[in-house]
Amino acid sequence: MFKEILQKEKEFFLNFKNYDNHINDIFIKEKITKQDFLKLLFNEDDLILEKMALESKIITDKFFGKTILLYAPLYISNYCENECVYCGFSALNRELKRKKLKLEEIEKEMIILKEKSFNTILLLTGDDRINSDIDYIAEAIKIAKKYFSEILIEIYALTYEEYKYLVELGLTGLTIYQETYDEKLYDKLHLAGPKKNFNFRLEAPDRAAKAGIKEINIGCLLGLNKNAVFDVYLTAIHADYLLRKYPDIEISISYPRIQPAEAKIKIENFVSDRNFLRYITATRIFLQRVGLNVSTREKEIIRDNLIGLGITKMSAGSKTTVGGYHLNTKDKGQFEISDKRSVEEIIEVIIKKGYRPEFTNWVKI
Amino acid sequence: MEFEIAGKKLKSRLFIGTGKLPTYKVIPEIIKKTGVEVLTVAVRRINPEAKIENILDYIPDNITIMVNTSGARNAEEAIKIAKAGSEIIGTKWIKIEIEADTRYLAPDNEETVKATEILVKQGFFVFPYITPDLITAKKLEKSGAAAVMPLGSFIGTNKGITCKTLLRPIIEEVNIPVIIDAGIGRPSHAAEAMELGADAVLVNTAIAIAKNPVNMAIAIDMAVKAGRLAFENGILAEREYAEPSSPLTDFLK
Repeated sequence: MFKEILQKEKEFFLNFKNYDNHINDIFIKEKITKQDFLKLLFNEDDLILEKMALESKIITDKFFGKTILLYAPLYISNYCENECVYCGFSALNRELKRKKLKLEEIEKEMIILKEKSFNTILLLTGDDRINSDIDYIAEAIKIAKKYFSEILIEIYALTYEEYKYLVELGLTGLTIYQETYDEKLYDKLHLAGPKKNFNFRLEAPDRAAKAGIKEINIGCLLGLNKNAVFDVYLTAIHADYLLRKYPDIEISISYPRIQPAEAKIKIENFVSDRNFLRYITATRIFLQRVGLNVSTREKEIIRDNLIGLGITKMSAGSKTTVGGYHLNTKDKGQFEISDKRSVEEIIEVIIKKGYRPEFTNWVKI
Repeated sequence: MEFEIAGKKLKSRLFIGTGKLPTYKVIPEIIKKTGVEVLTVAVRRINPEAKIENILDYIPDNITIMVNTSGARNAEEAIKIAKAGSEIIGTKWIKIEIEADTRYLAPDNEETVKATEILVKQGFFVFPYITPDLITAKKLEKSGAAAVMPLGSFIGTNKGITCKTLLRPIIEEVNIPVIIDAGIGRPSHAAEAMELGADAVLVNTAIAIAKNPVNMAIAIDMAVKAGRLAFENGILAEREYAEPSSPLTDFLK
């Protein structure tokens, strides 16, 4: 399991001595080592960043072609028992109106997304096994199956049996972010609730993989850890572990970044645009065939310029409120959307960049 | 230069993949400029409902579409995907692509043989994409595959015909067409595949991510023709040493 690897990698990270010498040699290597990866992550030279961007572009074009996959998140419930200090849905947020979509409403939202051309949907809930129990998720998946070829969930960590049950109903993918790989920090940020169990969450991808899921998307929330490189490094190592252990599963990474405006707590660790780009391009150079995902949490200028520089998937026209696609709600979402453009506008941007938007990545069988 | 594959007479020995193209709008121009007759389309990418360009609108009727099963992880999935694709497109040409390894996109030969056997029995023309292995190629021939499609190098690597040692025996020993697929990154790689005696090549990445896909398609097409012509003409062996122009045994005469 990944737990043992995490311990070893933590030690490796702490003992890593960053000598910037021979950094240019990294770019002529076909396969870089984890030491090289760390050197790239720690580097602060803009000229090196330019080289990283170019290398990342070449690798991404080669393996993923001139395409960007578009998907849509669908929040079906925001009930949550967790007290995660950084999250808009946290149980600590007493002012938030809690809502859970009825099955008819879920279908309504799905029809809207389908009409916008989406074929890949990400179903999200808070962590609440009573208000959004597994059968509720199962019903949502059954409805989604009517409209979409790819159905992912971003909900609480499940058991192997639960994943298996959902996979049999048509679930194709799992998105689950560890948020931070620093166990002590994790414990501080997650005050209460089921999510407090670090290991149960850490090993969720393994359980889903064994249950027959087709794709897994992992990530860390940038801004939580002062030592952002640590979380980026461990996320990539986690992805590498999954790629090796489950070679037939598509693995993707997201680096959601807390934006200054949405911070619920005092956050001193905002990741700069420069470092954000550095982490994405370094990850691409290290893990050439891994999917890289960017959400509407990022602003337009960042998203537009990331097309072609390493990312392979984007959400578009997203609403992070429950029922946001069919209701004109003033409710607060899980996070503030920075890129509010419509799907049509995003399609246009992608085409202008010389890429082809795609909505389908899987055959409904 | 005409040759026959799956009962169809073809002039062009260049097959083109469409998955990585920046826009499908270049397809008609590529066809016009190269005379290419076979295109592959991934079933997972066909989505006529989406309000974006639909690949099928850009492929003329006289082109043979080979649907591929990319994304399939085993024979069972490949068969399902193949049938779904065949139904949407109305083609009997199926490229079996079963990649059970996302790091290299390495084909699973064993599952590919299984899927081929079943689909051939159901009346499809099956084009299995394999890691070059003579025994697998022989099994596929026996099971009635329309051709074999061994890789030159792994998909997207642009490394050329790095598997030459393994490809040569397949070309020599197997009596169905051999189409070298994947790894062809530039015209000289395509020429090399054809000089080796491949019946055709399939190219996607090199054309799709070129600055100008149409021009790269033309260049690769020229190389395919050159390589084939040279092969039919008989290619001279490479030698380590210079060969004297006056024979050494002339004194015996």
